[in-house]
Amino acid sequence: MQDLKEVQRRIYPPMVEGDHTLATVTDKISDVALKKKTPFHWFIGFGIAFMIAQMLMMTIIWLLAKGIGIWGTNQPVGWAFPIINFVWWIGIGHAGTLISAILLLLNQKWRTSINRFAEAMTLFAVACAGLYPVFHTGRPWLAYWLFPYPNTMSIWPQFRSPLVWDVFAVSTYATVSLLFWYVGLIPDLATLRDRAKNRFFKFVYSILSWGWRGSARHWHRFELAYLILAGISTPLVLSVHSIVSLDFSVSQLPGWHATFFPPYFVGGAIYAGFAMVLILCIPLRHLYNMKDFITHTHLVYMGKVMMATGFIVGYSYLFEAFFGWYSASQYEWFMIKSRIWTGPYWYMYWLLLLCNVSAIQLLWFKRFRNSEVWLFIVSIFVSIGMWLERFVIIVGSIHHDFLPSSWGMYSPTIFDISMFVGTLGFFFTLIYLFVRFVPMISIFEVRTLLPEANVHGHQEDFEENVNEIEYIYDRTDPPNA
Amino acid sequence: MPSKDSKQNFALLRDKILSQNGKEYWRSVEEFVDAPEFKEFVTREYPHEAEVWDNSLSRRNFVKVMGASLALAGLSGCVMQPPEKIVPYVHADPDLIPGKPLYFATGMTLGGVTTGLLAKSYDGRPIKVEGNPDHPGSQGATDVLAQASLLNMYDPDRSQEVTYRGTPKTWPNFVTELRGKVNENRVDNGAGIRFLTETVTSPTLIEQFKQLSAELPGARWYQYEPINNDNATAGAKLAFGSPVHTIYKFDKADRVLLLDADIFSDFNVGYIKDYTKRRQWSEENKEINRLYVVESSVSITGAKADHRLAVKPSAMPEVAKAIAAALGIGGVTSTNNENAAWINALAKDLMASRGRSVVVAGRGQSPIVHALAHAMNAALGNVGQTVVYTDPLSPNSDRTQIDQLRELVTDIDAGKVKMLVIIGGNPVYNTPVDLRLDEDRMNKVPLRIHLGEHYDETGELCHWHISGKHYLESWSDGRSNDGTASIMQPLISPLYDSHNAHELVQLFFKENYDKKDYDIVKGFWQSQNLSSTSTTPAAAPARPPAPAGTTGNATAQPPESPTNAAAKATATPGNAPEKLAPTTTGAATPPAAAPVPKNFEDNWRKVVHDGFIPNSAPQPKTVTASTAFLNQPAPPAPGNSGNLEIVIQRDPCVYDGRFVNNGWLQELPNPLNKITWENVGLISPKTAARLGVNRNYKERELGGGEEGYAFINTKGGNKYSELVTLTYQGAQISKGVPMWITPGQPDDVITIFMGYGRTKAGRVGTGLGYNAYDVRRSDAMDHGTGDIKPNGERTEIASTQIHFNMEGRDLLRVWDLEQFNGNEKIGEQEDFYPESMYPYEQHQETYEKNHKWGMTIDLNSCVGCNACVIACQSENNIAVVGKEQVNRSREMHWLRVDAYYGGDDLNNPTGPAFQPVLCQQCEQAPCEVVCPVHATVHSAEGLNDMTYNRCVGTRYCSNNCPYKVRRFNFLLFQDWDTPQFKLMRNPEVTVRSRGVMEKCTYCTQRIAAARIEAEKDGRAIRDGEAVTACQSVCPADAIIFGDMHDKDSKIARTKQDRRNYTLLNELNTQPRTTYLAGLKNQNKEMPDYKAPKPHSGMMGAERAEPEAE
Repeated sequence: MQDLKEVQRRIYPPMVEGDHTLATVTDKISDVALKKKTPFHWFIGFGIAFMIAQMLMMTIIWLLAKGIGIWGTNQPVGWAFPIINFVWWIGIGHAGTLISAILLLLNQKWRTSINRFAEAMTLFAVACAGLYPVFHTGRPWLAYWLFPYPNTMSIWPQFRSPLVWDVFAVSTYATVSLLFWYVGLIPDLATLRDRAKNRFFKFVYSILSWGWRGSARHWHRFELAYLILAGISTPLVLSVHSIVSLDFSVSQLPGWHATFFPPYFVGGAIYAGFAMVLILCIPLRHLYNMKDFITHTHLVYMGKVMMATGFIVGYSYLFEAFFGWYSASQYEWFMIKSRIWTGPYWYMYWLLLLCNVSAIQLLWFKRFRNSEVWLFIVSIFVSIGMWLERFVIIVGSIHHDFLPSSWGMYSPTIFDISMFVGTLGFFFTLIYLFVRFVPMISIFEVRTLLPEANVHGHQEDFEENVNEIEYIYDRTDPPNA
Repeated sequence: MPSKDSKQNFALLRDKILSQNGKEYWRSVEEFVDAPEFKEFVTREYPHEAEVWDNSLSRRNFVKVMGASLALAGLSGCVMQPPEKIVPYVHADPDLIPGKPLYFATGMTLGGVTTGLLAKSYDGRPIKVEGNPDHPGSQGATDVLAQASLLNMYDPDRSQEVTYRGTPKTWPNFVTELRGKVNENRVDNGAGIRFLTETVTSPTLIEQFKQLSAELPGARWYQYEPINNDNATAGAKLAFGSPVHTIYKFDKADRVLLLDADIFSDFNVGYIKDYTKRRQWSEENKEINRLYVVESSVSITGAKADHRLAVKPSAMPEVAKAIAAALGIGGVTSTNNENAAWINALAKDLMASRGRSVVVAGRGQSPIVHALAHAMNAALGNVGQTVVYTDPLSPNSDRTQIDQLRELVTDIDAGKVKMLVIIGGNPVYNTPVDLRLDEDRMNKVPLRIHLGEHYDETGELCHWHISGKHYLESWSDGRSNDGTASIMQPLISPLYDSHNAHELVQLFFKENYDKKDYDIVKGFWQSQNLSSTSTTPAAAPARPPAPAGTTGNATAQPPESPTNAAAKATATPGNAPEKLAPTTTGAATPPAAAPVPKNFEDNWRKVVHDGFIPNSAPQPKTVTASTAFLNQPAPPAPGNSGNLEIVIQRDPCVYDGRFVNNGWLQELPNPLNKITWENVGLISPKTAARLGVNRNYKERELGGGEEGYAFINTKGGNKYSELVTLTYQGAQISKGVPMWITPGQPDDVITIFMGYGRTKAGRVGTGLGYNAYDVRRSDAMDHGTGDIKPNGERTEIASTQIHFNMEGRDLLRVWDLEQFNGNEKIGEQEDFYPESMYPYEQHQETYEKNHKWGMTIDLNSCVGCNACVIACQSENNIAVVGKEQVNRSREMHWLRVDAYYGGDDLNNPTGPAFQPVLCQQCEQAPCEVVCPVHATVHSAEGLNDMTYNRCVGTRYCSNNCPYKVRRFNFLLFQDWDTPQFKLMRNPEVTVRSRGVMEKCTYCTQRIAAARIEAEKDGRAIRDGEAVTACQSVCPADAIIFGDMHDKDSKIARTKQDRRNYTLLNELNTQPRTTYLAGLKNQNKEMPDYKAPKPHSGMMGAERAEPEAE
């Protein structure tokens, strides 16, 4: 029987490790926000992130004072770092909603312990992304003209422009993600409210938890709302990056004008998002000792999703090149040649292949897949690779377009870099604040994973199926030590 | 706070001054200011001011300073302004309508050649320069220098006052001082007085000097400028025994041979006009002229040649002799044994066009080449047909300018010169190094006076500096290349306390010394009995002085009333009261309906109005070329001092250095290599490889073929050049010379450019580039020997084009003439309009109802001279961005001239060919659909309009523009503060701020002006009424603009031309701008004849067109 338990563990790995009860789960997660002394590493991390975020602020102030000429953007490279970073951040922002919404609808239990901070990450990434389209315009103080609002000029935005679609897509996505995240937080905020000793925090949590009392009616409404929001979010996961990709597809530039961009970009976005979730949760589970909730199994699952989406991306690269040749357009084919070997940015393409296609091949092997360190390293590679992908697509296509006379080169300035690094600082500042003041793992959802939550139990069913389990067990690799 | 110590010092200084005695004392005060003791005192006494004392503004700060230049402009407030009289209009000038521009005829003289101009004046401010279409010399054409001269007038760095050793003084101060000195000099008939001017063709000034030499027979007048016609003068003397002025009639020449004569970039635009008349291809006239160029460097003229031969400068005389021998000129023998086949085929072709060919030697060629060219023209029967000789236009032409300068320098060194009056020019900077008027030499002259527009290197070394009037501020005259005298009238009263040469020279007379330039010039012409020279009856209908129709009636002066243009220039509000013209009352002169008697006043008004004096050109002169000079011993060649030959040329943008402070010209891409903001040295690819210069370029990048010449110097964007130490005739250029690999440059020849390396040019020009005058010598003015050695450093070069190969794309079409004439179907393009998924039928209906503006650019005529670029910049208030921003490829030119090399051999390429690219005004514009805020939209007349106010600056439109003609204000490039620039701008064009996209509008303001005129008359706009700035300036008439609906219009005809093609046709953008393919009229017998590929042009691009069956 003991063996069978072990087998069960291997085949249906528990999503919560350790001997947790409902109370210990609540204690452990809510303590981070409430009771425990703020750990020293938090101050270090937050301090660094916050300082870097100030760099963002300084850059933006200087940008407003001088104009976007402080960046390296030029003719012909009208879009460069800001749009690369925008697309990159938006891509990162995909994993959260995917995990929360799509996996919720698909009833994947393993999403439960990671969805909370994945969603937070989404929000923060979208916040970072949102900065760029505004500040990359020549006159950011007029960027609101992209919104359809009644005005004395009787002029509307031009709905044929993908940039307007972008405005709707991103703002909808940000709103729905925020709502989804917040609605999911309400029961936990109420928990915090109940447990908070500090009067101020108690007050704040009270306000934020909207009078949640946990009655059956509350739970009923909550489940319904959560499900509806998940339903709304699901198409958004696909639509946002599709529309972002249309910014490029709609134009006629070789390297941008490609009909398969929407799925290609969505695949890449999920890829990048999972990489970022891994980058965040691997240190987090150590620093806050959350290994019981963010288990090894979670990491392996995420690694697998990353690998799958990585293949979508790799396939897209292959077909981008194929289309360049198959189009029989000399401009397209020149662009592909230039991208891969004749152009000045060829090394970016090969770095991209190294990061996005080669690095994930390691995950074929259990050794790497099961190693936190390797997963972390591969995720870093993927994140860099996804940034390079946008560089290759955006700068790599536009710097050499139709007329050779107008070709140019792009190189970033210190302000391009400080803006990018600054948003990283901004992002991590928000992550640190989130970790400190909000339960980083969904308390009530994790509790549903515990055996105690499973009041009926399925032990009998399990024993009836022992034969099957043994059959599967025979075909499974021995568990990792 | 003054310390005890400093008080003591002050006392010491005072004692020191007082200890000097007599007359010297008074001059010493100013000179004392420069003394080290005084400077030290200032440093200690006023530490803050001491910094100001040593204020050097570097070029790097240019953009920064542009914004801060308000402070400097305020200096004009420090000068005592002439008293202003406010006179209300008693009779309003009937032609003056507020807000409506007026055109005034004037002229600009450079190198002794006057170009007839029309200056556009807005409420008394000149804002644009156009060619004077009636002027027989330039025929309405202008070049970059004339276009950019407007900015020179408004240059905030111009000298703004009379100074004595840098201290502000007034003109009366100067007059008093000078009169005293002149009177002292009358004792020995002015034997110590020397005048140094640039080349003078002004009849008035010549007359002034003539009269002065009667009063002061001892005084001497010399002319020198670095770009002169010395070689032509000497060559004419060799051939004819006397100097002559040569006028070529390119419009009558079927075969043109240029021996290093860069006729397309010389300040002589009438020649481009003439040349392209004979170059126009049409179904009726399928035979066009053929251009042979032998040259020792690269030039746009060589780039346009049908056959080009690159030879070393030292070999040029022998090559010329070989050609002469092949033409059968007796007694000519040549040691040249290369290129015999080329020369023989050339000679055969020239002889087949006897009387319809022309041979021209360039000003950089030695006198013997010029003499040979004369002999060849004589042998070919061209004299009197395509070549006309007249007497020299400038006096003292029997002596070369370098001899005149040598005499002056000898006199100075001998201490004979007591007073040196430098009128214009900058001899301290630009004289040959062995005859340099440097500080030591200048100090030998007790009184030095400089008249110039800038307080430059020369002004600094002179006692008195007189702020010179710009030509738009002064009365003068001059002669154009054909000898026609032009009258120059001011458009505005001088911005500063400035004076011109006439007024300065007048001060030397005993009587009437304080005459104004107006009186002097008018007085001279009165004495010339103007009425007899003017054979055109005053009542004859004069054509409107503006380019036909641009300004409608406002400029069309009623021919019956030669309205007083002179008066108008001065009677405009704002700058009214200077006592320029006593004819101010003329504004109220009633129009004379009947033919007026031909008295002087009427004739004078007419010539001022027209800008030139008809039939004032000197009569052709009959001279006979002899070849006796061949027997003369060759002049001693300067010693060999290196392995390389070095050619010194004028800079294509800043001329001899006088335009170096002009931001427009600095940022103007050099026609051949698109370099801005500095000068480089040109080197051939082979020589560069041999000497290891710029050697970090891969073979692939340098190799020939379809993807050849990819990145000649730029590696795709890293515009780095290696610096070399360059020695020329033993002397070394003080700064490193950046080397630029240039296909077509003869091997082992380096070309360097004059005009840069200024030390006191102004905020824009000081310190840019290297100074070729460091090494230029009087015995090797144009070329010599030298060497280069990489000094291990690299520099960044700002070039606006980094890729000169078309990559096999169908962009710039050049057809072989014979191939083109023989194949009706060649170059046909498929119209993809019906293929569109979204046929905009309703748009087509709209277009049918309205004017349908379109433009055609004739690549066969275009010579790449860049005039359109500056014209556009001037017309449309386009900002200058500075070198650093150009390096980031953020230049703002709405119109650029693309250059592409062709051929398979890097060392002997075709071209580059030129292609002006501006907004193509696509009917299905890719920029419009992607703008999120409707900032760029289509007009009913088919223009792609840009609404600056609506633009938020996403730059998506630029990304989606396949022609990349949109320009974005990445920073605040416009100078909003400098008052001079406020005056200069065209009030009809928005001054764009930062963060806004901008682009060519087909000069929509000019279309609007034409529309208003047409609507007043209740008719449609006529062909030729709306003229874009680029079109009106083009000396080659390569740009044609108009309403495509008008079947009889020139534009409609060009759109039917077989050569007409659309750039990037396959994108189906349906541009309104199209191109007429260039043609190469090759001679099949030439050894470098390139057989055209069946379906491709001369530029190597494969075309996807239907089989020509």
